[in-house]
Formats: sequence, structure tokens, C-alpha cells
Amino acid sequence: MTGIDDVAASTEGDDRRTFVVHVEDRPGVLDRVASLFRRRAHNIDSLHVGPTHEDGVSRMTIECRADASQAKRLEANLYKLVPVLRVDDVTTLERVQRVLALIKVAVGQARRPEVLQLLEVFGARAVDVGPEMLVIEMTGRPSQVKQLAGVLEPYGIVELAQTGAVAMTRSVEKPELGRGKAA
Amino acid sequence: MLHADVSPATGPAAASPGRAPRPLSDVGTVLSGAALIWEALVREGVDVVFGYPGGAIMPAYDAMARYPVHHVLTRHEQGASHMADGYARASGRVGVCIATSGPGATNLVTGIATAMLDSVPMVCITGQVPSALLGTDAFQETDITGVTLPITKQNYLVTRAEDVVPTLREAFYVARSGRPGPVVVDICKDAQQGKAPLAWDDEPICLPGYRPEHEPLPADLEEAVRMIEAAEKPLILAGHGIIEGDATAQLLKLVEVTDIPVSQTLLGLGGFPGTHPKSLGMMGMHGEAWVNQAIQEADLLLALGMRFDDRVTGRLATYAPKAKKIHVELDPAEIDKNVKVDLPIVGDVRDVLNRLLPALTPHTRRAWWDALDAMRGDSAVRDIVSLPDEGHLYAAHVIHDLYRFTGGDALVVSDVGQHQMWEAQYYKHDTPRSLLTSGGLGTMGFALPAAMGARFACPDAEVWVVVGDGGFQMTACELSTCAQEGLELKVAIINNGYLGMVRQWQEMFYGGRYVATPMASPDFVKLAEAHGLTGLRATTRDEVKDVVAKARATRGTVVIDFRVEQEDNVYPMVPSGADLADMIQRPHQKGGAHNPIFETGADEE
Repeated sequence: MTGIDDVAASTEGDDRRTFVVHVEDRPGVLDRVASLFRRRAHNIDSLHVGPTHEDGVSRMTIECRADASQAKRLEANLYKLVPVLRVDDVTTLERVQRVLALIKVAVGQARRPEVLQLLEVFGARAVDVGPEMLVIEMTGRPSQVKQLAGVLEPYGIVELAQTGAVAMTRSVEKPELGRGKAA
Repeated sequence: MLHADVSPATGPAAASPGRAPRPLSDVGTVLSGAALIWEALVREGVDVVFGYPGGAIMPAYDAMARYPVHHVLTRHEQGASHMADGYARASGRVGVCIATSGPGATNLVTGIATAMLDSVPMVCITGQVPSALLGTDAFQETDITGVTLPITKQNYLVTRAEDVVPTLREAFYVARSGRPGPVVVDICKDAQQGKAPLAWDDEPICLPGYRPEHEPLPADLEEAVRMIEAAEKPLILAGHGIIEGDATAQLLKLVEVTDIPVSQTLLGLGGFPGTHPKSLGMMGMHGEAWVNQAIQEADLLLALGMRFDDRVTGRLATYAPKAKKIHVELDPAEIDKNVKVDLPIVGDVRDVLNRLLPALTPHTRRAWWDALDAMRGDSAVRDIVSLPDEGHLYAAHVIHDLYRFTGGDALVVSDVGQHQMWEAQYYKHDTPRSLLTSGGLGTMGFALPAAMGARFACPDAEVWVVVGDGGFQMTACELSTCAQEGLELKVAIINNGYLGMVRQWQEMFYGGRYVATPMASPDFVKLAEAHGLTGLRATTRDEVKDVVAKARATRGTVVIDFRVEQEDNVYPMVPSGADLADMIQRPHQKGGAHNPIFETGADEE
């Protein structure tokens, strides 16, 4: 993908927030992080957790709604959790932010070529082909997934699964794990 | 002092009877998980635990008897958690309570939340069903790590014997380091029964995500010095952090050098001597009017180890509008939480003061002190003892008399409600850890068990419980524990026949409708006697001296039923959410019946 569809820094007045949180891969960590948002009545819009290249370190991307002052509180309180290694509020930073979607469409042999052509426009691809169904994989921004779903709707969407967003800042320093806790 | 020490047969140092205590095992010895619990606890310096046995913790109890740890059998697990809390508050060490799974564990919860809100270091050990049964709704199974997740600093579920020692070590470290707090360690029964070699080293614990210490930035310290030097009406707000951070000496030095007046939070009382000429007294909802007025007039607030609780600030929009604010605080999450500050300094308050002191130049603040004295003028609390005795017994009298007759040297544990505020107003505490009270959570029933824990921490202290008739009855079952342990405790029940603080709010804000606040009580004297303890009663002012003297001269736990005026209010008061400036003062009843609680400057005339 090119930089053209990367997420630009959010603007003033928009209360959508994206946090990237590195945590120790220990039981109960997700519960603690989620509980922290719940306790302060912040709805989590999307959440992604997965491994990193370092053993024992997981990485979360959390999208939620919070104004600047609430975000500061959330960041400070995330840092208070013992297994949390580093917190980055990337909301105001240039970043790449992606979701992965899998879409099962009721497309038989006859209409398959035209759908495959459509997918090319969206940078999506078919990952499983059956006589009456097609499973499509798409990586992009949530709005692009929505667009693709709109285009596929007439063919008959059987199932759609979408991950939470995964975010990464562009051309900034590599996070040094555990260093983010200095006052 | 008149009281006797805890007798050797039941004192904290004595091991439980039955088997002789054995020395700690060598590292590498294979032991049961149950024994490993005590190997770890004894190495952490624990000599007393408060608890209640049950199925899932029985292996640990069985192993305990061989170790030099005194176990206090409470009458309810809530008592155990408050005792561990009181022990920790009085000593500064980590308090330990122990309970079984399910109801045993959930009964600890109120005490854990109390410790969490007041940053008290505590380790709570709970038994858990065997790991194979986790999640099956087994008998007495409760997901206690789930339940306590938001009210602990950290918690752990241990499923293997080899994890017992490392987990407990980490738990003690987390509980006492940085901003202290309670930690729950839930240990499955099979982890207690299984065997593992004892692993112990004295290397510092390194948790990659946990940084309890913070270094203040030199530029911030320089800025603080500039702000303090430039201020004309500065005020120190001293909180619990002064006590937890052992910074009393530094605070005294700071005041000596800078001549800045000191006001204190409820939990800060004792962190700076209450009788010190530069001490203004308590701030906030029931703080003295001049303290709150000083906050509103000040041009600089130097907040030290306090968190701008809503009971302290009143309405935030109008809080200290003229003041620049410096906030010295160990927990970064407290910065800008309630009050936006001009200069946050994240660090240990003692360390920060040690760095600031050499840079500060001596000041005298004549004009500011004159202004403060003028504010104090007609609203000052007079020595109510000098007011004529008209036969009534007011709670404030009892507490002030208690202050006089104990020479201000008692370790007082107050409960929650009106008596708690009167205690804070009329009993001056000159030393840290001489007042223990549930400030953040406001837990009724805290005082008696917390005082019992404090007594184990300070076996030479004269410990007084100041408690209402409502709060006392919440944990009064622990009198039985007092009797069993032969504890030296004096319990002053401020008995007004109401849930007094709620009744006061009903009188002031709910049209005087006393819904569910009149309370009948048992005969507290007989209740004490039923436990084999001493019960005393005072109903008039002139009886106070005698009963206090008698209580002090009597061995064991003494319960005094002070029958005080029933419908008496705590003044001054900032209504919840109101401006600090809008305090309800003590009513001045011109021409009315004299009421010493309503005294003003005019009473002296």
C-alpha cells in the first residue's frame, strides 16, 4: 500500500483516540486494560492484541473516545498497571492504521470473474474459492472495508469478519520497551 | 502508661501452640507449597497474620503452626482485612491477612477496597479451589482475582507450588513500593499441597513494566523554588504522602525556613504536628473555616503528597482561584486529575523536599500571618473545656477530654461519620501514624479491627478507638477476638442513637426527614461484659474524666458507652459540591440556650 491512504493526525475537536500499548504477555493483562476503560465509562471502539517480535511482549491497539484530558488520564492509569510496558497515544501522530476483513460472498462460477475484477480495484483478493461461495480478504482502513462491503452487497454477503485496527506510527523512533515509564 | 503489654502467651512473637517452631529451611529444600507460603512470609519479616481458616486454605494453616508467625483468628474476614490494614498504617510495614476461597475471600473485599483508596500496603492471601476445578463452580469457588481486579494494586492466581515463593515476593514488593496498595495472592489448594524446592535470593525484583520510583526534573525543582520565593500568600497542603513517605522532618524544615502555613488533609493529620504554631488544621468539607478561606485567598498552593479529593476541594471551578499550584506527588496518574496544576513534580515527597530545601532562602511572612490570624479571629474554636458545664454531654467534649487526659499521646483509630470529623478537629495529633482512619472509602466498621491490628504493630502504644454506635455494631463481633487475644484497647463509643452524619444531612438537605437513621443499640456495657471485657458508661460531662481514668487503669479491652447529645451537627461544613468559601459556620445562637458546639468568638466575652 502506498502512503496515500494512511491515517493523518487527528484534528482538534475529534475525540477519537488510538492508543498503542505494549504489555507483558501474562494472564489477566487484557482484563486489567479493559477494566480500566470500563471503570471510567469509556467505550472501547476496537481492540487488537497480538504478539510482537519480542518474546513475552504483546501489543495492543485500542481505539476509543476520549478528549485530550481524559486521554492523559487513561495513559497515566495504563502506565500504573504493573504488566504494562509502554503506552503511546498515537492519535496526533502520522500513522498507518489497518483492519483486516474476511468476507464470504455467495458468488458462483458465473459471476466470479466480475467479482474478482472488482476486488482488484480495492486491493482485495479471494483467498478461498468454492462452487457457490468466495472468501475475500481485504486489508485497509475501515472505510475501505465498508466500501467494498457495499459493492459486494448485491452479490449476497454471507458473513463478514473484521479485526480491530492495528496502528503503527510512521518514521518515528522504535519504541524502547519499558523506557516509557520515566516521569 | 497505665496499660500492660500484650501478654507473652498471646503476643505477636509467640508461635501457635502444638508443634515447636522450626528454623527456616535452606534454599533448595523441597517443601509443600503450604510451607513455602510461610517460608516466604517469615523472610519478608511477617510475624503476625490476621485470618480465618476454611477448606481451600487448610494446607496453609496446617503448615503455619511450625513457623514463628502469630495468627489472630478474627470473627469475620472483613475484620481480618481491616486488622492487616491497621497493622500496616500503624507500622509502615506490609499487613497480611489470610482467608479461604469463596465467601472467605469475598468477605475481605471491603477491607481491600479501603486499603486501596488510602494507599495502604497489604498482602491478602486467599485459598482457591484446586486448579483442575477452576471455573467449574466448585464448592466455595469465587473468581477473587476477577472480583478484586479494580480494587487491588495487583493480584495473582497461583496454580503451582513452584510459583508460590516468587509470587509472594513480588506481591510484597509491589504492595510496599511506590505508592503502596493492597495485593491479593490467590493460591489453589493443589499448589499448597504440591511440592517444590525453596527458591529465594535477595536480588532486587525487576518488573519491566513497573517503575515505582520517579526522579524529579531539576528544571521543575528550580521553577518550584522561583514560585515559592515569589509567593506572598503561600500555603502548604500536606497529605498522606508526608506520612507514607516519611517526610515529616523535611516538612518541618521547609516550614521553618519558608514560614509557610500548613494545612492538612484528613489522612495527613499527624504528618505535621497539630500543635505546631504554623499548623492551621484540617482543610476541606469539615475543615476549619479559616483554612478553607486561606486556600481561597492564597497565591500559591504547595500540595505535598495529597490528591485533591472532592471532600477537600469542594466545587472545582471555584477552588483556590488566585493560587498557582505546585503538586508534588509520587503517582503520575494523580497529576491534573481533579485540579489542574501549574507545576507538577512527580517524585517521592521526601526526596523532592530534600532537593528543594538547600535552594530556599529564609522568609518571614508577617502580612500573610496577620491576615490568617484575622481570619481565625471570630471563627476560632475556643477551648471548649473552659466553657461552663451545663450538664449536656457533647461528642466534641468527649473527644477533647480524651485528648487532654491522654496527653495527646494516644494512637487513635476513628471510624467514619460525625465522630470522625470531631476527632479530626478536637484531637491534635503531633506524630505520624497516631491517627488511623478510613479516609478515601469511608468504611464504617473500620475502627475496632484496624485498632486491633495497630495494637499488634505498636504493642507499647495506648490505643483508643473512637467509633459511633452505628459503625461499632458493624464489626462489634471482633470484641470476641479482643478477649481471646487479651488485647489492650480502649473503645470510646460516641453513642447518639442515630447514624449521625446521615441524620445531619437529612436535617440540612432532606427537609429534616430522618429516614432509617434512628438506631437502637444493645446495652454496650453488658455487651462488653458478655465478652468478659470491661464496660463503662458516661452520660454527663463530669463523668468523662472518671471513666477515661478508669479505662486507662483497667487491663484488657474496655468499652465506654458515651451517651452524647443526639441531634448535634459537625461544623463548619462545606456542603457537597459547594464552593469552599460557602461554609456553613457554627450557628451563633444569640439569646438562645448556650451551646458550646455553636461557640463563636463571642462566647469568650
